Amino acid sequence: MKPDPKQTHVARELAGAAPLICCRFDPSGKYLFTTAEDQSVNRVNLTSGESVAMLGHDSWARDLAFSKDGKTVVSSGFDDTLIWWPVEAEKPKPIRSVKAHKGWIRTVSVSPDGRLLASGGNDRIVRLWNMADGKLVREMPGHTLDIYSSVFHPSGKWLLTGDLAGKINQWDVATGKLTRVFEGPDLHDYFKSQQVHFGGVRSLTFSPDGKQLVGAGLHKGTNPLGAVCEPLILRFDWETGKQSLKQTMKGVKGVAWRIRFLKDGTLALGSGGSGGGYLGFWNGKDEAPIHKFKLPRSVREMDLHPDGMQIATAHWDNKARLSRMEAKAKA
Amino acid sequence: MKCDYACGSDEHAMARRSFLGTLAAGTGAAMGGLGAFTSPAVAKELARDQKRMIVVDLHGGLSQLESWDPKPGTDTGGPFRAIPTSVPGIHISELLPHTAKQMHHLSLVRSINIKETDHSRGRHKMLTGYKKTPAGAYPELGAVVAKGLDDGSNSLPGHVKVYASGSGARSADSAYLGPKYGSISIGGGKAPANSERPSSITDEADAQRNLLRQRANERFLNRRRTAQTDAYMQSYEQAAELMARREIFDLSKESKKDQERYGSHDFGRHCLMARRLAESGINYVKIRHSNYDTHNENFNFHFEQLGEFDKPFATLIADLADRGMMESTLVVVLSEFGRTPKINERYGRDHWGKAWSICLGGAGIQPGAIIGATNKNGTAVSEREVDAGHLFHTYLRALGLRSNRQFNIGGRKFPMADPAMEPIRELLT
Repeated sequence: MKPDPKQTHVARELAGAAPLICCRFDPSGKYLFTTAEDQSVNRVNLTSGESVAMLGHDSWARDLAFSKDGKTVVSSGFDDTLIWWPVEAEKPKPIRSVKAHKGWIRTVSVSPDGRLLASGGNDRIVRLWNMADGKLVREMPGHTLDIYSSVFHPSGKWLLTGDLAGKINQWDVATGKLTRVFEGPDLHDYFKSQQVHFGGVRSLTFSPDGKQLVGAGLHKGTNPLGAVCEPLILRFDWETGKQSLKQTMKGVKGVAWRIRFLKDGTLALGSGGSGGGYLGFWNGKDEAPIHKFKLPRSVREMDLHPDGMQIATAHWDNKARLSRMEAKAKA
Repeated sequence: MKCDYACGSDEHAMARRSFLGTLAAGTGAAMGGLGAFTSPAVAKELARDQKRMIVVDLHGGLSQLESWDPKPGTDTGGPFRAIPTSVPGIHISELLPHTAKQMHHLSLVRSINIKETDHSRGRHKMLTGYKKTPAGAYPELGAVVAKGLDDGSNSLPGHVKVYASGSGARSADSAYLGPKYGSISIGGGKAPANSERPSSITDEADAQRNLLRQRANERFLNRRRTAQTDAYMQSYEQAAELMARREIFDLSKESKKDQERYGSHDFGRHCLMARRLAESGINYVKIRHSNYDTHNENFNFHFEQLGEFDKPFATLIADLADRGMMESTLVVVLSEFGRTPKINERYGRDHWGKAWSICLGGAGIQPGAIIGATNKNGTAVSEREVDAGHLFHTYLRALGLRSNRQFNIGGRKFPMADPAMEPIRELLT
């Protein structure tokens, strides 16, 4: 079945106990994992609706990443800690807890071969860990501002990490060497009157053919402290490293929190901010979206279901919403 | 000689001392005042006992939950944790690790309710002790302190505000206390504009023109003397003193080591400037750090702003302590209000005047104290609620001023602080 973004509708709401921060489907598609402001990681069985709270972090958990075999999920916390959890246990307890960084760990990613876990955050150091035993493999300093996002190249040879300054570092996974930097200055601003940095590469992904690296965040931040900004997507040609396309959602106030490619190459974005929550959809050539769908509440995170037909979004009203990209089923 | 303004008023006493000092110093001498009569040893003693105040204004509304009154693990606590400080039992936000090590010089008031959530009204209340009213203007804290501490011996301006850029202009924030106590704004680590004598005027020419001015003044004063003429003379003397001592505003005179310790960003430089001005005898210095009005991404922005605030502020406190100045210097860190315990949809916190905190320490303040408390998730004061007027009285008492007294301005009496309020006595030494 092919997704039809123009038919997107909210099909289901899953209520949690606290405002949500992150949402990720496990590779099997059986579960939706969320993190929340009550410091919990939650596993929701999408068939039964049963929710299990997984407690172990001493602060909010920001990101989630799954092992290649789908049996383990790693959460990254604002408590300096990475926690490994079993996906299928009846009452999941931490398998392992690692003090991995000094400060917030904003992003985790697993390598395509499943061997390595990458993490990064406010201490501006990228770290690679052995996924099987949690041992540190390598540290890669070099970012000058906080690290916001990460993704492995489909080949597994490189790791890409994006920061608040709008820079995307390309690291050689085997050696830890910084190979290249993709410059995304439009994704960052220093706002002089409020004396704050604003923006950052909030999400990274590769196009399905691997020819494009895509970063997303915000621009037009005329009032950072008041949430006046608009989502921005930058596409880079992998071969040349040059920015090839800018994609925007004009008139919508918000931040691009996460981007995912649909199987047909359509790029989906979850955006949230003072303008409310949106799912936006782009083709590969136009600046404007082919469709935008307004959600009932502002979006804080999103993920694409392995079936390619559903998008989960995380919201402040304690709910995860599942939107289907097909016509509504008749009652 | 004729004296047209009320005898027995503050101006009369001040003007008399200044006038006597000027005449006794004679022609060609530097501007006088009491200093002209004192021996170096006595002057040193006076300088040591001289009280001063430094206010750090965290502009926009610092979140008490991300600073002085953290509530980790609650529905309002947010992601930051609490850390112990150098005072057993006192915990503050993990965003302030350097300040935590200086907590034994500082205290917290955690139970402030100013009943205001507007920036301008909140700022007015915190800096004057009064609710803003269209009926009239109240003098800011700096003006009250400058006047209260003015014994006539110090010709430097008593009320200085430090910004990233400042023209040296005098503000009208002294209200009925008069222009002498209005703040002078300085900026950029440099002396106020136009404070350097033009190079075309030689020392000899300058001395001669001062002599002419003094003789003209004496002749005028023999016939007619008013509070206004004295105020003019005092302003001129103050400006002349400022010109003679303009280097106190020049941060490049501080050691490179100290400049590095405080940091090269504006706030670090302003903390060093505050120390320098306090050491030089300025009664009241206000510095500002911006911006804390975090309706959006409160945690990201507090991480950034307090990351910039923490080390220079802690360095300032440590330096004041090392120099033996904490006993005579009151340091207050304040905002116009706090921020909502409830976290909004955009990870922000909004304006909140009901239950928030300040940090203070030094002259007259019990170190390592916590006054008041808020409830479990910070949504209300649970103990010892105080308003801005209570704080205002407390600052003045800490500086050795009797806050229930009145200023006599041209024969009219003005309370030093809101008579309906009183100091937080348990905070005072």
